Amino acid sequence: MIQFEHVNKSYGKNLILNDLNFTIPDGQFAVLIGPSGCGKTTTLKTINRLIEPDSGHIYIDGQDITKADKVQLRRHIGYVIQQIGLFPNMTVAENICVVPKLLNYDKERCDQIVQDMLKLVGMEAHRNKYPAELSGGQQQRIGVLRALAASPPIVLMDEPFGALDPQTREILQDEVKKLQQKLGKTVIFVTHDMDEALKLADIIIFMDGGVVAQMASPEEMLEHPATERIADFLGKHAPESKNEHLVERFMRTNVRAVKKNRGVMECAELMARYSVDTLLVKDETGHYLGTVSIGDIRKWGRDLSSIEPIVRQTARTVYVGEDARESFDYLLESSAPYVIVLNRDNTIAGIVTKTSVARSVAENLWREQQ
Amino acid sequence: MKALLDTYGALLLKAIGTHIVYSAISVAIGFMLGLALGILLSRVPRLSGVLFPVISIFQTIPGLVFIGLLFLWLGMVPAAVIAALSVYAMFPVLKNTYTGLLGVEKKYIEAAKGCGMSPAQSLFKVELPLALPSIMAGLRMAAIYTVSWAVLASMIGLGGLGDFVYQGTSSNNNTLILLGAVPAAVLAIGFGSLVDWLQKRITPRGMKKEVRR
Repeated sequence: MIQFEHVNKSYGKNLILNDLNFTIPDGQFAVLIGPSGCGKTTTLKTINRLIEPDSGHIYIDGQDITKADKVQLRRHIGYVIQQIGLFPNMTVAENICVVPKLLNYDKERCDQIVQDMLKLVGMEAHRNKYPAELSGGQQQRIGVLRALAASPPIVLMDEPFGALDPQTREILQDEVKKLQQKLGKTVIFVTHDMDEALKLADIIIFMDGGVVAQMASPEEMLEHPATERIADFLGKHAPESKNEHLVERFMRTNVRAVKKNRGVMECAELMARYSVDTLLVKDETGHYLGTVSIGDIRKWGRDLSSIEPIVRQTARTVYVGEDARESFDYLLESSAPYVIVLNRDNTIAGIVTKTSVARSVAENLWREQQ
Repeated sequence: MKALLDTYGALLLKAIGTHIVYSAISVAIGFMLGLALGILLSRVPRLSGVLFPVISIFQTIPGLVFIGLLFLWLGMVPAAVIAALSVYAMFPVLKNTYTGLLGVEKKYIEAAKGCGMSPAQSLFKVELPLALPSIMAGLRMAAIYTVSWAVLASMIGLGGLGDFVYQGTSSNNNTLILLGAVPAAVLAIGFGSLVDWLQKRITPRGMKKEVRR
């Protein structure tokens, strides 16, 4: 388990990491992603102390890593870099055995490791070759094996496939994912490629401006990107064709909802302030109950302390994920001012109004003109 | 030719021997000094800002003057010649070690660090081997220069092939000049080839240019 607690880092006046707090559980494939300069590589390098934070703590399995000797620490954390960085003066076998040798494993054990490692990627024949004699993809395979050789529980990968051609990259992604699952490693993987992140990650940590903008599983991030930036990054991956007519694309989310135990006068006051004639009502846990209108308040409100008795369930509701066209038809045919959109757990997501219909129509016209 | 060899043969052999001894010892000392200083300067970049100007001033002092000064200080001993030649042999090695080490690509240093190598392990296992071609080029230069400069030894009466050259110039005897100059040139080429051979021996296959898939 890797824990970041209030980790800060700045270069001069530039704040690179701004109070990072997150936890990566064991055995997870965690992908750090974000625009350039967002601090993802810096975050990665603080884990093996190639970069020291200005303040805050990082714990691996509960141990503060600053308490450990950093050279020793790095021998127990695998590290793969984008430029591969196989030592050209060493053979494939020697490269794989760099860390085991630093850990003073004996020769037989090193030989065994080399054999086992090469077997993992089917490169047994290349044992005594030099890096310059291998293709880029083969080199990075060895780069990954070098990181795995001393069986560290944690492996850090800094855009490891960035320099490879797309085809080789895909093959290596598959291999790395398989290796990670087979060996049960915790992998922290930096990339700026959303394809890669979605393909590999158990958790995606999206960084922006030195903070974690969202930390979620790929599915969750696709469904609910937390910020515009993330949605941009997801870009073509957001299930657009499917998404195009979903009701949540057209809803307003800044709706006024009050709790059912609010006073009548208070609600009338609120309506006046926001210049609306109805308010949405929810219960203590945020579940949607109904609506209360100014007409009802005027009629019955005098004798009531709270609005609960005059809440009506007449407004039409739909759930997030449903087709918007039904709601549009309803709005256009009836005189209802809005349709209420609920999340699956019956909390309020937003409302769809006639303005939303107009926007959709405008959008379609605009697209046809293009 | 035979008469020439009969007259000068023994002297020539002795001179060549002396010449080789001076050159070999000086190159060895100069190489070790240059390597050590080069490593030191590459580790402490602040030092290089101070030391390199001093070194380049030193380099402008003609060998002749330097040997003369050492002669005045140390007297007519081989140590004076060797000290002077060592200093000159040191310069190219120092410079090439320094630039070779600074020229090691950052990715290798980062990989070494990331693997958990201590600074010394990174230096000996990764950086020095990668700087080797540059260091050997420095050694080659040092060897060739030193063989030529060893001619100066005879200036302070310490023998070597310079004896023939100086005698030849003072007595206007071209044969004598050639008798000193030709073996000196051949020796320089020989030293150079020796370094080339050494470099081939110790460069791992992976770092030779010819090896490409």
